[in-house]
Amino acid sequence: MFPWWAGIAWGGTLVAVPGGTYEPLYPPDPDRPVVEVASFRLDDAPVTASEFADFVAAHPKWRRDAVSPLFADAGYLSTPLGGDQPVTRVSWFAARAYCTSQGKRLPTEDEWEFAARASETSIDASHDPERLALLLGWYGQPASAELAPVRAGDPNVYGVHDMHGLVWEWVEDFNNTLFGTDGREGGDDETLRFCGAGTLSATDVSDYARFMRVAFRSSLKGSYTTPSLGFRCAADAEEVR
Amino acid sequence: MSRLISPVLMLAVFACAPAEAPAPPAPETTGGSAAGDLGPPQGEPIHAVLTHAPEVPPPTGRSAPAKVIVELEVEEKVMPISEGVDYTFWTFGGEVPGSFIRIRQGDTVEFHLQNHPDSKMPHNIDLHAVTGPGGGAASSFTAPGHESQFTFKALNEGLYVYHCATAPVGMHIANGMYGLILVEPPEGLPPVDREYYVMQGDFYTVGKYREKGLQPFDMQKAIEENATYVLFNGSEGALVGDNAITAEVGETVRLYVGNGGPNLVSSFHVIGEIFDKVYYEGGTRFQENVQTTLIPAGGAAMVEFYVEAPGTYILVDHSIFRAFNKGALGMMKVEGDDALDIYSGKEVDSVYLADKVEPSAPIGEATAAAAKGALTKAQQVEAGGILFKGTCSTCHQDSGAGVKGVFPPLAGSDYLMADKARAIGVVINGLNGPVTVNGEEYNSVMPPMSQLNDDEVANILTYVRNSWGNEGDAVSAEEVAKVRATSERPAGAAH
Repeated sequence: MFPWWAGIAWGGTLVAVPGGTYEPLYPPDPDRPVVEVASFRLDDAPVTASEFADFVAAHPKWRRDAVSPLFADAGYLSTPLGGDQPVTRVSWFAARAYCTSQGKRLPTEDEWEFAARASETSIDASHDPERLALLLGWYGQPASAELAPVRAGDPNVYGVHDMHGLVWEWVEDFNNTLFGTDGREGGDDETLRFCGAGTLSATDVSDYARFMRVAFRSSLKGSYTTPSLGFRCAADAEEVR
Repeated sequence: MSRLISPVLMLAVFACAPAEAPAPPAPETTGGSAAGDLGPPQGEPIHAVLTHAPEVPPPTGRSAPAKVIVELEVEEKVMPISEGVDYTFWTFGGEVPGSFIRIRQGDTVEFHLQNHPDSKMPHNIDLHAVTGPGGGAASSFTAPGHESQFTFKALNEGLYVYHCATAPVGMHIANGMYGLILVEPPEGLPPVDREYYVMQGDFYTVGKYREKGLQPFDMQKAIEENATYVLFNGSEGALVGDNAITAEVGETVRLYVGNGGPNLVSSFHVIGEIFDKVYYEGGTRFQENVQTTLIPAGGAAMVEFYVEAPGTYILVDHSIFRAFNKGALGMMKVEGDDALDIYSGKEVDSVYLADKVEPSAPIGEATAAAAKGALTKAQQVEAGGILFKGTCSTCHQDSGAGVKGVFPPLAGSDYLMADKARAIGVVINGLNGPVTVNGEEYNSVMPPMSQLNDDEVANILTYVRNSWGNEGDAVSAEEVAKVRATSERPAGAAH
């Protein structure tokens, strides 16, 4: 049943993403809107349902009927596991455990967003209006449509597939930006500190796709699962030898 | 009557000139929110009756504050926005606008917001009827497949908009996330015979108006406030034809009219009626005898009128291109005995009615058949007939006879039947200047029908070339495309 390379490529192939700078939508320090992202490695595709099934088989405490309700809500793994579609209905705790089991980790929000700016031809296509429209098209579709297999489309310049258009993805610090509402109350110090929200403090108010990712992440808790939320793993850059 | 001051009274006033005329009494105030807390809820909790537009829940009929439980589910779903055009709506309660909520001032509302597991987005709700920061937004921020609960006391009477306030808030509203909540005054609203729920919204699609298929949201058009559709109750056709609201002669109708926006304010008007009362901005006072009332985005109004004459009354946004070219119209059909002394009976609104009255399923069937290459002439004639009524019959008349000396006839027209390509060109490019039809000269203007696609032009022309005694062959979309390709069109025109 398993392809010969199943043991080798289990859980996606890490590809190198050279570091650089980028502007988070909500910079942690308003006086320093640009953040340095160190070089890192990122799975070339989201974790698939069959890959996650192998993980659960090896780590039964993450089975649907065994998992602690602290770590996964009632919808956890309620979609049958198997196939090359990205796994969804996984909690942050389960995603983290999966990555750890492979000696990897979840990407940080900065890492994920940094890599997600790339298109097939450019490391930063985040200001391309056509691409933005394309992404919004996906965000606008209901989640009930059946998911495509991973790696169905062209990779971005780093060789990474499916950063957009397939599933939302967990990041390590998903609740970094507490984004209670539409951000209309942004402005006073306390709100900025606790909500980090608001178009007043956002760096690019025209990037609706990023707004939506941030809003989505901030609606989550670690135990939550949804049919359109998956993940991929990351790792630090390899030591220069 | 009271405005006719009699000469005697004038004299009396004049005679007493040194005494100042008494100042009109200050209007009584409701006391606002400070007087709105009517005490703790009494009795068992009540589950609110929620209705889809255009229906309105019955009056609460209560004389004491209650605890009211509202359960509202957010659902993202694909629904028609126009004939043959689909859109991914984000909804409160599965429809646009969202479910109508009706409570009484002083009620304590336990609000449950449920976000359907299939939702892709988190959502929340900001009810303008809430007193408190965010109007419930932060307290109701809900991930897909989860539910939030918060409680508020409705301190101010009035008609209020609610909407989703999750970033990017404009997009959530543009996708249909708004509705109305009515907070009745303690004594209730005066009874009327009919109540309806109408809510306007503007929509922004990548494709142009009526371009078929599933149309994505267009962020740039939304930012530029360049609406593709302006609609009552979330789809073109939601309030027309069989979906029209109804009344009978001798009844008083109350419309709860909201405007979700996100961008446009509404110049709400009912053609052929005068609002006897407008509770402007959804507040407590009413203005009388109003033709058109302004409803802000994120605002509402209650309008009331007594109907005397039967017929069809057209609801429009009187920013009138929205009614004609973006879908902002609805219908109210009034039945009853003619009141010829009040109105002679000839309707002036057929322009707006035209393409709304007929069932338009054949258009979709023809489009589908054309896509499969299996389109028959009969299908074209049927679809074309409906399109003709919507687009052409205003001038050329249902009978195809035109208007003598003004609009040339199509029935038995030598000009029409002599040259197929010329006829196609006239529909696409319009016609300006003198033409001779059946020996009679006409010199008026026909605008280019840029909104019609090739299929539609082909169907209309097949219909007119095979109706009222005309006999001709079918016109194909390919023939239309050929003419279109060789036509010089002014810059900026559609197609």
